[in-house]
Amino acid sequence: MMTQADQSIPKITTGVSGFDHISFGGLPEARTTLVAGTSGSAKTVFASHFLAAGIQQFDQAGVFITFEEPAAEIRRNMRGFGWDVSTWEQNGKWTFIDASPTPGAEPILTGDFDFGGLLVRVEAAISRTNARRVALDSLGAVFAEFSDAATVRRELLRITASLRELGVTSVLTVERTEEYGEIARFGVEEFVADNVIILRNALDAEKRRRTLEVLKFRGTTHAKGEYPFSVVPHKGVEVIPLAAIGLTQGSTNIRVTSGNDKLDEMCGGGFFRDSVILVSGATGTGKTLSATQFIGAGAQAGEKCLFLAFEESHDQLSRNATSWGYDFKTLEANGTLLVSCVYPEVQSLEDHLISIRDQIDEFEPDRVAVDSLSALERISSKKGFREFCIGLTSFVKQKEIATMVTSTTPTLLGGTSVTEAHISTITDSIVLLRYVEMFGEMRRGLTVLKMRGSVHEKSIREYRIDKTGMTLGAQFRNVVGILSGNPHNVAPDEADRLAKLFEE
Amino acid sequence: MNSGAERYVLKLFITGRTERSENAITTLRQICRDTLNNRYELLIIDVLEHPNLAEEDRILATPTVIKELPLPMRTIIGDLTEKERVLVGLNLHPDGKNGESA
Repeated sequence: MMTQADQSIPKITTGVSGFDHISFGGLPEARTTLVAGTSGSAKTVFASHFLAAGIQQFDQAGVFITFEEPAAEIRRNMRGFGWDVSTWEQNGKWTFIDASPTPGAEPILTGDFDFGGLLVRVEAAISRTNARRVALDSLGAVFAEFSDAATVRRELLRITASLRELGVTSVLTVERTEEYGEIARFGVEEFVADNVIILRNALDAEKRRRTLEVLKFRGTTHAKGEYPFSVVPHKGVEVIPLAAIGLTQGSTNIRVTSGNDKLDEMCGGGFFRDSVILVSGATGTGKTLSATQFIGAGAQAGEKCLFLAFEESHDQLSRNATSWGYDFKTLEANGTLLVSCVYPEVQSLEDHLISIRDQIDEFEPDRVAVDSLSALERISSKKGFREFCIGLTSFVKQKEIATMVTSTTPTLLGGTSVTEAHISTITDSIVLLRYVEMFGEMRRGLTVLKMRGSVHEKSIREYRIDKTGMTLGAQFRNVVGILSGNPHNVAPDEADRLAKLFEE
Repeated sequence: MNSGAERYVLKLFITGRTERSENAITTLRQICRDTLNNRYELLIIDVLEHPNLAEEDRILATPTVIKELPLPMRTIIGDLTEKERVLVGLNLHPDGKNGESA
């Protein structure tokens, strides 16, 4: 991702999760980056995370200049992210410069002034602790305290110039009044226009959605556009890189079983190990069964399998699996299986993605099943859901994890869902489960619609679900219109005639 | 309400010997001589030489006058050109205006 051209302005790896990825390597070194956002857009957390990551990952000391919240408040608030600021202060890793106003003692302005006091404090702190990172948070408070905006701008410019000379990398936070409007209040961007990051906390279809955008990095490249992020307890800011993950994953010819021999046969010998498989069907067509087979067979073969369930409880899944011949309890005890049941509504979709990724990183599974994506779809906006799908699939593909996701179609016969529109192009295989109405009876049909990189059977086969699981039978011979949701019977000789028509 | 007995302790923070600094020093010295006779202590601190003192008093801007005594403490920022406001801030205004109600 880094090219020669990027080397002109070196970047400092921030250590802020996901951010280094979309910024192509971090923040421009020895420069000031403006972090602009509306109230509640996590500016202070971002600034603090920048310093905390420097200390934790690179042993770089930092200086935090606070104009608004008193230092004590920040110390307390940051404890929730697992950052022990007090200890870092004692070790000379974190230095507060408290420039927050004293309540009830507003200073009296009597003429021209400069920020000489602040500047020497900052310079002294940097040289004393050999700091490499500086955060200034947030500028709005200074402008509120000193009515002379032009002087404040001039003096802040002097401070950023001095920081640059000292070779420290800094972030400077400032308020915005609206999510999509001027970059920052008080004309701040006029003096720190080189690098601008915008944090948004926009209302999208009644849901709050946080995004981070690198608006510009002068003289160097970065990913364009808004990327969702979340503020995670014990971790801080976590940016979700989505498609910024390059399509670099290798391709493998190794096949894995779907848990159903007949289905493996239809796929030309099973699914590919590094593929994402979508199983689509109406309610009751056996999606959870497919996922259970996929996970159960994998776990029985000694592969590590992660079952992410968003619809059924642990007990329900386990009971059904047992009846289908998979002993989830034993497999879980062996450590080959991990079943995680979460109600979709407990957290935002961004947070779901982050926790899924954490689980995968921790458990390191060979297989993952998500049942179902449609359950997750209902807690998010369209845009957020699309990003989730991309974020999830690109992550599992990079790790070469065979992943099965299920999706519920809204209609009983035929049909597609929004879920599929978002995910079908990024899946490698698609299995359709459909109801077929025949002579006053509901029967079920399965077809492999897509199998990237392999030949597969094109027929629609009937299957039955019974106590032992899914049994695939013969092809529907005399029915047409199954996938369009309008099945009707044709006479056998008509079917033969149609088949022959294409042979000539 | 200027009781003649109150002792004044003032600190003036400056950054180097600039014109701005000199203006502030001259004005403050003059006010002290004119209104406080011998009941004042004036400490002039150059933050360039004593960054630790700037840190101690959390100095942001210079010049800054801190009136430590009499209480309540007050902070006066700027080169003291607007003398009226300085007097108000120091609670020395002849009309009895004081910083607390200003």
